[in-house]
Amino acid sequence: MRELSLHILDAVQNSIEADANRIYVKIREDFGRDKLIIEIEDNGKGMTPEFLKEVLDPFKTTRKTRHVGLGLPLFSAAAKNCNGDFKITSKKDKGTKITATFQYSHIDRAPLGDIVSTILAILCSDKEIDLFYHHQVDNKKFEFNTQKLKKILGNIPLANINAIKWLKSYLKYNFKELYKNGGV
Amino acid sequence: MPKIKSLEELRKLREETIKSMRVRKSTSTKITVGMGTCGIAAGAREVMHAILDELEKRKIDANVITVGCIGLCAEEPLVTIERGGQPGITYGKINVEKVPKLIEEHLIKGDIIDEWVISRG
Ligand SMILES: Nc1ncnc2c1ncn2[C@@H]1O[C@H](COP(=O)(O)OP(=O)(O)OP(=O)(O)O)[C@@H](O)[C@H]1O
Ligand SMILES: [Mg+2]
Repeated sequence: MRELSLHILDAVQNSIEADANRIYVKIREDFGRDKLIIEIEDNGKGMTPEFLKEVLDPFKTTRKTRHVGLGLPLFSAAAKNCNGDFKITSKKDKGTKITATFQYSHIDRAPLGDIVSTILAILCSDKEIDLFYHHQVDNKKFEFNTQKLKKILGNIPLANINAIKWLKSYLKYNFKELYKNGGV
Repeated sequence: MPKIKSLEELRKLREETIKSMRVRKSTSTKITVGMGTCGIAAGAREVMHAILDELEKRKIDANVITVGCIGLCAEEPLVTIERGGQPGITYGKINVEKVPKLIEEHLIKGDIIDEWVISRG
């Protein structure tokens, strides 16, 4: 995919489909160690160790009979092509955690891209979920979570067009601050 | 609209908005955008963004909702519009360029764009 934020959206979609209602997205841009680390953790239905093995190895010939999708293999390839690493840990009925690591300065690393659009697309999900977002660029950080937002919005749903307008403005401002002096 | 920098400002704005809109009935227009892997790869996130922009530009009140894969990967991005109790109309292969026309025809004029429809009801 053209942007890492699209992989994030896709992975969160997996979490939502796994019936998670708490999803943690953690991004760390560490210029000093030349690393970009993306973590997505959920409390969804998880995977058995057997299933997990196949998800990590999508090019096994069982592909036709078993449902092995494209999302995770694409994310994994993106990380590994950038001198990085891709790890999934999962516990049946407990949840799943994905960690993708990239060499920050790698020539093939896709940009993080439009993270605001990714967050809005997650917040507009038809499922009742809470997102906990944490983003660190060098030593600056921005975090927010939907539990706080929902408290402020009260009876206005997150998907309400005015709420989305406010959030877009809020997120855009805070990312601009986060990326002042540096970042890509 | 003023720039919102903090959640405190959001709280203030919410109260003002609620006061000014008083007891307006909540919208019955729902726009659904498919966000499965195929949809995302085909540009569904950008389509959703374009829909939000267009609604804002034309001051149309609607709820925009994202859903997972519905198994019509070849037709992605998929957009379904439901209005006031009427059955939903699903459009296929919607891209950013098609969004203004889609909103204009379906939501403003109330006309369905038959050539883009892939399923009804
Ligand atoms: N967070 C998660 N929790 C539980 N199961 C998961 C999670 N992420 C992935 N899976 C399982 O792994 C499978 C493969 O995921 P992957 O994203 O690669 O493909 P997919 O979602 O099935 O299809 P695609 O992404 O191509 O539309 C999923 O079908 C699901 O069973
Ligand atoms: Mg997937």
